[in-house]
Amino acid sequence: MEKQKALYEYVLRLADDSLILGHRVSEWCGHGPILEEDIALTNLALDLIGQATSLLNYAGELEGKGRDGDALAFLRYEREYKNLLLVEQMNGDFGKTIMRQFLFDAFRKPLFEKLQHSTDQHLAAIAEKSLKETKYHLKHTSEWVIRLGDGTEESHIRIQESLDALWKYTNEIFYKDDVDSVLIAENIIPSSEEIKAEWTKTVNDVLEQATLTIPSNNWIQEGGRKGFHTEALGYLLAEMQYMQRAYPNMTW
Amino acid sequence: MVTEKEIWNYLEEVFDPEIPVLTVVDLGVIRSVELIEDKCKVVITPTYSGCPAMKLIEEEIIAKLNEKGISTVSVELTLSPAWSTDWITESGKQKLLEYGIAPPQDEVDKSVLFAEPPKVPCPQCKSVNTRMVSLFGSTACKSQYQCNDCLEPFDYFKCLK
Repeated sequence: MEKQKALYEYVLRLADDSLILGHRVSEWCGHGPILEEDIALTNLALDLIGQATSLLNYAGELEGKGRDGDALAFLRYEREYKNLLLVEQMNGDFGKTIMRQFLFDAFRKPLFEKLQHSTDQHLAAIAEKSLKETKYHLKHTSEWVIRLGDGTEESHIRIQESLDALWKYTNEIFYKDDVDSVLIAENIIPSSEEIKAEWTKTVNDVLEQATLTIPSNNWIQEGGRKGFHTEALGYLLAEMQYMQRAYPNMTW
Repeated sequence: MVTEKEIWNYLEEVFDPEIPVLTVVDLGVIRSVELIEDKCKVVITPTYSGCPAMKLIEEEIIAKLNEKGISTVSVELTLSPAWSTDWITESGKQKLLEYGIAPPQDEVDKSVLFAEPPKVPCPQCKSVNTRMVSLFGSTACKSQYQCNDCLEPFDYFKCLK
């Protein structure tokens, strides 16, 4: 695989993670359990959509077929989205949304820390910017995971169930194929082993403090990086793409 | 013939749409101004990736410079070096305080996950007996605080480094 093609594919994966998770989290707008969390979740969603915009515009440039960020966001079919299965999962209750976000933030922080030194300057600039935001996200979600896990009997049971439900999607975070190998060789991206070590440490530390148990079931589910998704993504896209599908090329 | 210094002065008349006491120069989002003959290029950087004010700031810069007689203006966006709250000018910090928003404090390293939230003096009564209500506030750049003494809730312009 040539470098330019690999970089396009890689940036698209990062972009789709931000876009789909950002859209999911934005579904909480007006529905948060308390006002402060409603505002916090929409802040997170805004950062993610902002990161997605930078990444998708860059992906469009790399592809070189005249597609901009909007075209990539709104005018692809389900199989063309390359996000992790983790981020497309339904919100569930507040605890499940927080757990999904925590498992993702624990990956994004070390990733952006490494990517800000990428030999690809455009990607490094996006990572440098996004890292500052991601640190706040991880701090917020870690605190909530601990508060809910080590909280009441009810909150403990519910967030443990969220962890059990989401755990099978976490292995895919470290999915690796030709795209990664080409870019690792060029020092554009870090190795997934480096990121995995940091992710594992953060997750173990926080879950231990939260008195939660990592599921012993080792069943893993993958597919998102190749465009094979769970049922959840189709419904999300139907809503997200509605305006562009109903009124092609509309702007406002 | 207009000079770059004059352009900077004109930009002091463009205000942040969300915190209208700050000019875009106070906020530190103007990275450079370049004048080639009668064409002006202004480079700006976002405070946060998703900051919804950037598009409006761009339009307002163009409108202001057009009004001052500079007809060809382009605004470019750059991400690196990433904006930091250190770039808010001293007069900008003073304006924030007078407006009732606590300016950014020096904070501990955020890589320490469970550090205490920073001690922020109340912009109304100056008491340091305040508490963080939420890390996230009405815009991406603020946290919510409350003063335990005068009970006033207030915004804190959180540190971004």
